[in-house]
Amino acid sequence: MDISNYIYLSAILFVIGAIGVVVRRNAIVVFMCVELMLNAANLAFVTFSRIHGNLGGQIASFFTMVVAACEVVVGLAIIVTMYRSRRSASVDDASLLKR
Amino acid sequence: MFTPPHLNYALLAPILIILAGALIGVGVEAFVRKSQRATVQLWVALITVVAALIELLTVRNQRSTLVAIDSFTFDGATVFMQATILVLAFFALLLISDRGNFVAQASAIPGSEDERTADSDGKTQTEVFPLTLFAISGMMLFPAATDLITLFVALEILSLPLYLMAGLSRRRRLLSQEAALKYFLLGAYSSAFFLFGGAFLYGYSGTLTLNGIAAAISASAGNDIFLLLGIVFLMVGLLFKIGAVPFHSWTPDVYQGAPTPITGFMAACTKVAAVGAMLRIFYVALSADLIEWRPIVTVISIITMLVGAIAAMTQRDVKRTLAFSSIAHAGFLLIGIVALNQSGLKATLFYLVAYGFATLGAFTVVTLVRDSAGEVTDMNRWVGLGKKSPLIAGAFCLFLLSFGGIPLTSGFIAKFSIFTAAYEGGNTTIVVFGVLTSAIALFFYLRVIVLLFFTEPKSDAVSVSIPSLKVSCVLAASVIVTILLGVYPSILLNTAQSFATFLR
Repeated sequence: MDISNYIYLSAILFVIGAIGVVVRRNAIVVFMCVELMLNAANLAFVTFSRIHGNLGGQIASFFTMVVAACEVVVGLAIIVTMYRSRRSASVDDASLLKR
Repeated sequence: MFTPPHLNYALLAPILIILAGALIGVGVEAFVRKSQRATVQLWVALITVVAALIELLTVRNQRSTLVAIDSFTFDGATVFMQATILVLAFFALLLISDRGNFVAQASAIPGSEDERTADSDGKTQTEVFPLTLFAISGMMLFPAATDLITLFVALEILSLPLYLMAGLSRRRRLLSQEAALKYFLLGAYSSAFFLFGGAFLYGYSGTLTLNGIAAAISASAGNDIFLLLGIVFLMVGLLFKIGAVPFHSWTPDVYQGAPTPITGFMAACTKVAAVGAMLRIFYVALSADLIEWRPIVTVISIITMLVGAIAAMTQRDVKRTLAFSSIAHAGFLLIGIVALNQSGLKATLFYLVAYGFATLGAFTVVTLVRDSAGEVTDMNRWVGLGKKSPLIAGAFCLFLLSFGGIPLTSGFIAKFSIFTAAYEGGNTTIVVFGVLTSAIALFFYLRVIVLLFFTEPKSDAVSVSIPSLKVSCVLAASVIVTILLGVYPSILLNTAQSFATFLR
């Protein structure tokens, strides 16, 4: 199979994630879309690593996984705190700050 | 066969010291008695920052591109930016340690019994100090990093603690939590763009290092679409961090909702780190590729300056106003990146110091204007403050004048040198727009000064609280730096000149 298909797949996943962040309303779903974008970048890294025949991209994808895990810890802490004080995880409800 | 990498610990030491201090801070939080924690934490943090600064100054004349294989470059610009971050962070820590800005227990639900108990016990949690130190370590790494992985990791190390710190305000906790949520979601969104851009630059060049990417660009070795996608996505991530239009919408909300000392820290230090990293990426990796990005950055810079200056006029909240002013300054800083010459680098370094101190000072003043419910940030209630408290209001005016770029303040020299650099670089359009927006912004800053000094105060219970010793230190340092750099700019300009180099 043509390896460039993986690049297309990664671009499609990234776009799905990017659109999801904009249109979805639940903070957890928005965050999942961000994670999808990170994984799309990972797929691109690994594919390019294969194309170029060096290991840099694969190493980068490991670092991305660790960083994404840290981001989950911080992100869920913030979202849960928010949910506990408002009983809602909708980003539309978070509109106290003036526009 | 695995060969362990050679690490130059002496040059990494400033960052390692900060990380060690942060870990000690975590230990202090776990083991020291609640009543003594705040004091111990402050001393640990201050000593750490000073130790890192001393270590940085002892190795300031060493230069190496191979500090940690090729992921970290120790050159003049690194030294200058790390030192700037450390000095600003020192004063920001003094401001953060001032009582009554942070929530006693971040996990308690606002308005609940838990919160009242935690509050009345007076046993405030102090995790903000180790978080600050972690953020500082990321900020120091960000402008020194020379490969895409290190850049991404540094970006996250500096951002993750800031997301949390934005939600720690003692008063108006719902606003503060909302600021944290917005900052986190948009920040994570932008760092995903940054990473995706990095993946495409890797796809273009087959290497993760900035030097390798530069070599691939000058040999035009890869697929140009990958390069274009890479540059654009990478730029989205960086422009978000410095708060440039059209990625600025988080700035006013987060600046308003976050605790004011954190806003000051974030506004001053994050800007230094992000602009530093942006300078390195554009000057080192992408400088061979002039056609692709210079027009884009020029347009973004002009729009950023205009939107910042015009939107600042329509705001009624002091913190939001300062946020838009910081957006306008992001536009001015981008001029230094477009200039793409040594004097542009020098001017940007100087600008970052001048802007950092003025911003920190301005937010320090905001922490002092209070009524019984906490800080007052409504501009209408600041009317006539100059009559109640001429010294503090005078300092605020000085910072505003510096933002506006009036002669004899640091802002004038900063703007003048950055415009000169852009003019030398042959980019006159951006200079014309820069001067124009300075004039627009100045009108607005002068209006605030009239409001403060030449309008009768309303009979309102707004008072300027007497600054504690620590806060007075921050305020005095900001005032001194702002005036000194305006009157004797050569002190810092010469230093910036000698340190304004990127090793390739």
